[in-house]
Amino acid sequence: MAAPAAASSSKLVLLDFWVSPFGQRCRIALAEKNLPYEYSEQELLGAKSDLLVCSNPIHKKVPVLLHGGNDRAIFESLIILEYLDDAFPNHTPRLLPSTDNPYARARARFWADYVDKKVYPVGTKLWKLKKGEAEHVAVRGELVEALQTLDGELGERRFFGEGDEFGFVDVAMVPLMPWVYGFARYGDFSVEEVCPRVAAWARRCMERESVAKSLRSPEEVYDFIGLLRRYYGIDK
Amino acid sequence: MASPAVKVIGTFDSPYSHRAEAALRLKGVPYEPILEDLRNKSELLLTHNPIHKKVPVLLHGNDRSIPESLVIVEYVDETFPGPTLLPADPLARATARFWARFIDDKCTKPFWLALWTEGEVQEKFIKETKENLKLLEGQLKGKRFFGGESIGYLDVAASGYAYWLDVLEEVAGVSLVAADEYPDLCRWGKDYVSDDRVKACLPEREKLVAYFMEVKGVFMTTARSMAAK
Repeated sequence: MAAPAAASSSKLVLLDFWVSPFGQRCRIALAEKNLPYEYSEQELLGAKSDLLVCSNPIHKKVPVLLHGGNDRAIFESLIILEYLDDAFPNHTPRLLPSTDNPYARARARFWADYVDKKVYPVGTKLWKLKKGEAEHVAVRGELVEALQTLDGELGERRFFGEGDEFGFVDVAMVPLMPWVYGFARYGDFSVEEVCPRVAAWARRCMERESVAKSLRSPEEVYDFIGLLRRYYGIDK
Repeated sequence: MASPAVKVIGTFDSPYSHRAEAALRLKGVPYEPILEDLRNKSELLLTHNPIHKKVPVLLHGNDRSIPESLVIVEYVDETFPGPTLLPADPLARATARFWARFIDDKCTKPFWLALWTEGEVQEKFIKETKENLKLLEGQLKGKRFFGGESIGYLDVAASGYAYWLDVLEEVAGVSLVAADEYPDLCRWGKDYVSDDRVKACLPEREKLVAYFMEVKGVFMTTARSMAAK
């Protein structure tokens, strides 16, 4: 692996939003790696800041990681996680398995991609639908199936990561858990019943300081979903 | 000593299958293509990609199966020796990955709908697709390939727009990327498909046109319901 182009001492800034699970992935990673950074809260529901719009003109979304200047910007939370591994090879732990093990890295990328496609977007669709409608039933089913699949994938392991260590997939999934509890209320299912091992895993992750300090409570997230429902005109 | 066998489960028409094969050919890795009939999925596919049941899937030896085309490309890059498809610099890597994600997450659906819907709905998706492709073209920045002087990860990720694009334009009767509007992208597309290693795993144009003509009706029906959501 070549030496990083930017000096490791260059300043890190994270453009983020307090309740964003994608931003939280980055906060957890930075904390796990003991990397100091400046947290910059962004206004998302009102007018977006010039810095955010300039840094991420394509999507105008958080999180954005700036490394040594506004023109060195990295977008998309999972890409930011890989960047932190690549740019700071001496700041362990590695999130992805070592480059000696490309198959384990492929498996981790696959499962992080699965989490990205099957949990948050499906749950978001769910709380926008009316209970009792046919589509609500179908989307609920999709989300339950995804959680059961993850439960099966975790199995009896303590973490999703290689060698049963906290890793890439754990960081990808754990910030979604308070949201999953919120989605479950809108879907009338019990997380403990649907994916008991994932529920236990989430509690285990919360014992890590990086996770406990980055996540918001399920209650706060549930209230935020309620706010979004009013914002989108679903609840008046 | 024989190295473990490499196989790719794919379909002849899929640009995603092509990504997997292109990565192997660019790294000089011999492999066996296994053609799948997606209307009648094989035990092999269902065993090795039980989650998504989609192509491509890379089989490496007896115990490694990797689905998802971009995951496959990175696996091939990291496993086999030779010049890397991803750049070495961390920021360049992050940028290449971002644009590959942009292609899959942002471009694909409006591109598909721009081809197969009609009227005002189609106009909207044509506009969105043209904007997306302008942004992608911007990443060439006067270079021969997205990867610089040689074909790299993002070129492979974008290969659908090098080869499938004009086939689909022809079948759908839609013009999305004219050479005078997208000079860099069109030039890149020609350079990409003229590479011998890439050519060896591109489907025959006539066969591809015939196949898309055959399924055009189905595409238009599904596009109508997709656009309604």
